[in-house]
Amino acid sequence: MAILQVRNVSKRFGGLQALNDVNLSVKEGTVHAIIGPNGAGKSTLLNCFVGRLDPDTGTVMFDGKSLLGIKPHEINQAGVSRVFQTPEIFGDLSLLENVMIPSFARRDGDFKVNWWPRTDNERDVKEHAEAVLQEIGLYEKRHELADSMSRGDKRRLEMAMCLSQDPKLLLLDEPTAGMSRADTNATIDLLKRLGETRGITKVVIEHDMHVVFSLADYVSVLAQGTVIAENTPEAIKGDQRVKEAYLGTEAE
Amino acid sequence: MFGLKGSDFALFLVVAVLTLAAPFILNPFPETSSLAQFNGGYPDLMQRFVIFGIFAIGFNILFGLTGYLSFGHAAFLGVGSYAAIWMMKLLTMNVIPAIIMSVIIAGLFSLVVGWISLRRSGIYFSILTLAFAQMSYALAYSVLTPITGGETGLQPKLNDPRILDAAPEGGRIPQANLFGLDMGESRVWNVGDWAFTFNAGYYVAAVVMLVAFYLSIRIFRSPFGMMLRAVKSNQQRMNYTGLNSKPYTLAAFVISGMYAGLAGGLLVAMDTQVGPERMFWTASGEVVLMTILGGVGTLIGPVLGAGFIKYMENILSKINTTVLEGWFAFLPDGAADAVVAVLGLFVGKGWHLTLGLIFMIVVIFLPGGLVEGGRRMFRGRDRTATRKVKSGQTPPTSKPAE
Repeated sequence: MAILQVRNVSKRFGGLQALNDVNLSVKEGTVHAIIGPNGAGKSTLLNCFVGRLDPDTGTVMFDGKSLLGIKPHEINQAGVSRVFQTPEIFGDLSLLENVMIPSFARRDGDFKVNWWPRTDNERDVKEHAEAVLQEIGLYEKRHELADSMSRGDKRRLEMAMCLSQDPKLLLLDEPTAGMSRADTNATIDLLKRLGETRGITKVVIEHDMHVVFSLADYVSVLAQGTVIAENTPEAIKGDQRVKEAYLGTEAE
Repeated sequence: MFGLKGSDFALFLVVAVLTLAAPFILNPFPETSSLAQFNGGYPDLMQRFVIFGIFAIGFNILFGLTGYLSFGHAAFLGVGSYAAIWMMKLLTMNVIPAIIMSVIIAGLFSLVVGWISLRRSGIYFSILTLAFAQMSYALAYSVLTPITGGETGLQPKLNDPRILDAAPEGGRIPQANLFGLDMGESRVWNVGDWAFTFNAGYYVAAVVMLVAFYLSIRIFRSPFGMMLRAVKSNQQRMNYTGLNSKPYTLAAFVISGMYAGLAGGLLVAMDTQVGPERMFWTASGEVVLMTILGGVGTLIGPVLGAGFIKYMENILSKINTTVLEGWFAFLPDGAADAVVAVLGLFVGKGWHLTLGLIFMIVVIFLPGGLVEGGRRMFRGRDRTATRKVKSGQTPPTSKPAE
């Protein structure tokens, strides 16, 4: 069953047709990679899922509900979490606080003036956040400032923040961009492990074919704003159109 | 203790003791000594310390936690003052209804101003709040004269209705009181050459300040306070994390507006008169200075900053060239004249010059304000600790922001 259903989505920026009649169907519990050359419209498409952009035409249905025309926080409350290309974290807060904030959002909704209890005494949220940090391997650093982390750790922290919400759908925008090979492999292992323990549906935008073919169950190839192929990684590897558009120069 | 963490409770206790013992602490010099003019322990000034302390504590909840810099908070102080004086004219000279009404009216007014101003952030937000405050000032001065008394302002009059009070005796304008305890009443305790003044109004204001301070600690340490810090840290991430940042900032704005209204109401309780100059933009700027000087985002910083600025304003401005001449009389004539001429620029009416210099020095060398200065003195050169303090966060491994 498709948890995310994208139909006939088009988006134009001035003279540029960024997305042209895109159709995409993400099955529940799978890892769906979106690949394509620079400027193919991958990030634009992702922005249409989280309320940052509204497409000119088309529909985006998540879990039977339209994601268009509603605010980013409402989309998140519906169960969609996003990891950004450059980590978006609370830099001057500790790692533990960084994970507690989304945990509170999951427990208390999008707004609550919860001003009387002490944060330390909110045991359920604190223990939940600590467990997620443990799972992701950042527990020892939980009292350090998020800004003092390495780029790889920041990315893992952002994943921990998203995971603490138990999202139904996790969107990852180039989760290994700018990472060393070792960090990339660690991230792949982490995502695989999370796939086994949690089974969250993931949509991954990625440049690195190594990552795509290690993780993805399905791959959609975007070129010049259009999906030119959607299939399993193996089939995509052999697809002539894809090779022409993209893989020809970058295939390993 | 009282739901506070150990170190926070200790801080609260220190502030409580200092506040209640202020008549002693602020009067260290005997009346007969030439240093007596540096004594700050007279009722009018002590009241200002705690009242502007409340104003700055509230301002810090908005500016220190969410990072939204309002340049119009004096408007809420002024509106609170007008609300309080009207309660005194219509209802009773008892300060309780006046103070409660000042908080409510300032809260409602800040809800409106915040609702509109918070559509923008950064410098545009600051300009919007400034515009609102200047509009309020101009309105109070002109169009709203029937409500505000215009240029002359408002005072309790003999022929006010005051429906809850008995008719005033002997044609005297009644005094603000707390169930009969006159706010202006003072007892002086003479110990040797020292004279310590205990003023009823000061203690009422001090207790209110301690309550306000306690509530601000609760807010700082609560999940709500953490959300406000998240607004300052990364509003975009907050929205993509399922939190609606708008009502959080509005709540912070209204809370700080209510604190400002409370301060305005207390000003009226201590000195029963209001004029529109209370809302002028310099008054809004002053609370920004207080908060930054003391330490933005720290618990105690705003109180220190408020005390510091009010002390300077009242004490430094009293020193004139005659006083300086007295001090430097021991120098040869020419030298004394030169020294007096130079120092004279920085005291008396020129106290703003001194304040400006101190403000520049603090901002450049102590971005964490007086609190950071104190911390550096106690801890030597512990760079990591000061870094954490500056960011206003509280790692359990180190001491929390004070």
